[in-house]
Amino acid sequence: MKITLRIWRQPAADQPGRYERHGLADVSPDVSLLEALDQLNEQLISAGQRPVSFEHDCREGICGSCGFLVNGQAHGPRRATSVCQLYLREFEDGAELTLEPWRAKAFPAIQDLMVDRSAFDRLIAAGGYCSTGTGQAPDGNALPVGRDQATSAFSTATCIGCGACVASCRNASASLFVAAKLAHLGQLPQGQPERASRARAMQDQMAAEGFGSCSSNLECEAVCPQEISADWISWMHRERRG
Amino acid sequence: MSGLPDPRIPAGPIADAWQRTKEGLPLISPLRKGQIDVLVVGTGLAGASAAATLAQQGYRVTVLSFHDSPRRAHSVAAQGGINAARSVAVDGDSVSRLFTDTLKGGDFRARESGCQRLAEISSGIIDQCVAQGVPFAREYGGSLATRSFGGALVSRTFYARGQTGQQLLYGAYQALMRQVELGRVRLLTRRDVLELITVDGVARGVVARHLLSGALEVHTARTVLLCTGGYSNVYFLSTNALKSNASAIWRAHRKGALFANPCFTQIHPTCIPSGDAFQSKLTLMSESLRNDGRIWLPLETGDQRSAENIPEQERDYFLERLYPSYGNMAPRDVASRRARELCNAGRGVGPGGRSVYLDLTDAIKTEGREAIAARYGNLMTMYERISGDDPYRKPMRIYPAPHYTMGGLWVDYQLMSSIPGLFVLGEANYSEHGANRLGASALMQGLADGYFIAPSTVTAWLAGNAAPDVTPDHPACREALESTRRRIETMLASGGTTPVDSFHRELGAVMIDRCGISRDAEGLRDGLSQVEALEKRFHGEVRVPGEAAGPNAELEKALRVSDFFGLAQLMLRDALAREESCGAHFREEHQSPEGEARRDDVNFAHIAAWEHQDGAEPIRHSETLQFTALQPSTRSYR
Repeated sequence: MKITLRIWRQPAADQPGRYERHGLADVSPDVSLLEALDQLNEQLISAGQRPVSFEHDCREGICGSCGFLVNGQAHGPRRATSVCQLYLREFEDGAELTLEPWRAKAFPAIQDLMVDRSAFDRLIAAGGYCSTGTGQAPDGNALPVGRDQATSAFSTATCIGCGACVASCRNASASLFVAAKLAHLGQLPQGQPERASRARAMQDQMAAEGFGSCSSNLECEAVCPQEISADWISWMHRERRG
Repeated sequence: MSGLPDPRIPAGPIADAWQRTKEGLPLISPLRKGQIDVLVVGTGLAGASAAATLAQQGYRVTVLSFHDSPRRAHSVAAQGGINAARSVAVDGDSVSRLFTDTLKGGDFRARESGCQRLAEISSGIIDQCVAQGVPFAREYGGSLATRSFGGALVSRTFYARGQTGQQLLYGAYQALMRQVELGRVRLLTRRDVLELITVDGVARGVVARHLLSGALEVHTARTVLLCTGGYSNVYFLSTNALKSNASAIWRAHRKGALFANPCFTQIHPTCIPSGDAFQSKLTLMSESLRNDGRIWLPLETGDQRSAENIPEQERDYFLERLYPSYGNMAPRDVASRRARELCNAGRGVGPGGRSVYLDLTDAIKTEGREAIAARYGNLMTMYERISGDDPYRKPMRIYPAPHYTMGGLWVDYQLMSSIPGLFVLGEANYSEHGANRLGASALMQGLADGYFIAPSTVTAWLAGNAAPDVTPDHPACREALESTRRRIETMLASGGTTPVDSFHRELGAVMIDRCGISRDAEGLRDGLSQVEALEKRFHGEVRVPGEAAGPNAELEKALRVSDFFGLAQLMLRDALAREESCGAHFREEHQSPEGEARRDDVNFAHIAAWEHQDGAEPIRHSETLQFTALQPSTRSYR
């Protein structure tokens, strides 16, 4: 099939960017969008031009490295899918795809489709853990965790830290990211001792990093590759008050 | 360096040998630890757990990761689970059974003392992870749930749906970030380690390239821990992440660290097969699917009917037929070899006849779609995304793919390499998995090394080896920095026109063909000459665009691939020298009339440890393996 990629090119954060159009005349519908970018980059390199920079690694939807907007949608049109799992068979022959980086104050631009998401690490460092040492721990069966409770905690713990929720939010809020971590630990007995202080510390850090607040547009839930529910954001707000 | 160092295997009976060893190791006072710098390279399960634990003990820890965040390390992709001997189910599991399964699974090419230690530690790993909030699957009554994995007849694999690696990694990552917040860990992301620095033969630091600025940096410490994972990406197409590389261990090898059994590479039986030429990786479908899935091929060669139109009596459930006791749970090397043989005989299905069916239909019929979705939901979705087929309606098509490397830098019982002060943890070392790793044992080993073993043995080394601080202006640091700078300049100055990936693809094609599931002397010799020729061409014809300064993904790739050439040659040499079939290393010349591996315990019951020589062929040393608790037996899963 044939596709055209309209890609945001920006050499560095302090330099202006612009869109660049590149066509792929003969590409298999069974390659992923990232593999189409690989193919484009081989062409650019052979032609002596600078290849397109984009983050990627595992290419199976779990490391959270990749992510950009495809035609205005974080990770593209398919639900519950990160961009590495988006295959060209999803698009019509001859389609034009506009690829842009995440845009948020807390995610400074680096180059082309790459942005700096280290703010997420600082959110976790602010309190996204159980303060337990390593070495000797009590028997894991000593604290029973019901199956439904474990399943629910797991469903929030699956967040891959890609940043799509921030990129899709009109306020560039990290509420879903933070709520998911608070809900993961807050639903388990191990997370109880620090539950309140964790909720305060992570939400304070979110504001300090320049993320906005939630105005319930639910775009975050719609683009989340792990389908984490935005209901946890309301849960988080109750945590704060409690 | 000459010869093989003492592997420091504890004397006496292997049961509790680790406890005895640990109690005899020297300690350092917590106050003094605060003045000692430790360098950890890599933030996967081994690196993150080691860094968090050493920091908690009081050391000043610097952590280097080539990712933008420690959470991206490829341990995140491990799916199925983690083994532990906890005797929770009444199926008779015990430490001694896990020990036996590990040693036997590795085809008696690992140290029994190491396997015993791993089995003893395993239970504590689960407790540690639970305390961190890892949401393991639970039974209705609230106790930890388990499932079974290949090569085992008991149910001892703990899991978090099909995302166990992710959850264990986040546990270790969060523990690490807590230490960052406490000011005990200096976390340096986007650093690619390109050289090891030794002073008077002792590991004292590394040279790293900052992947955004391109600046070369020197980081020094009293000890260096390499936790950088495996080298399956030598094969180009593998289940590894694209940036997984061998540069740190390969550079350490060139500086004197022995490389053990490089030819022991695991080709995992259940992966989504390759399709297009531009496919960039192969995706694993967890072995846990074999709990409920049945592997089969049509009985007739060239049967073109779609799977659902082939009646039961015209299907060949070949693993169940050949291995009645283990059936679909036969170990990985066995399952892969059988699939390849049948596909080579023309029995395969799908494009080019390069796949076999993994069929969950029976399980869906008996247990219902929901039960299967709860167990494997993310895997089913992943399969559908990649292949475009619905695995709930049609059997999955799978084929073996390079997945894990048992080989790695030689380490002694205390995880120290042949370079004093250089420790190697997790997949990067050669340790308990022998010639074949059992499913769900990689996570166990990575965390055993990081949470429990290295914290004791690194301290013991530091206690006994005081040394003055090394600063970046030390001649050894300046020389390592200069040689790395020259290497980068040469790479950028290469006047060719061919992109790096094209060479990597070619290297992978040679390696999977010559040094993959099945090997023979003629093919290995041919592979060696092909890789040598390809390496020469690479240095003349590659194009690396851009500059040393600033982000340059092509330069990163070029540096990685240039290291893969040397490693590939060492793998081929090692496979050629090992004149036996054992575990994942199957030599066509050494098989029984039934096509089973024929091991040679008289001549090859040893670890081969290769010593690098500049400008000459490497030297093969051997460490003889002693078996006292369990005598080598023929590994039969029939």
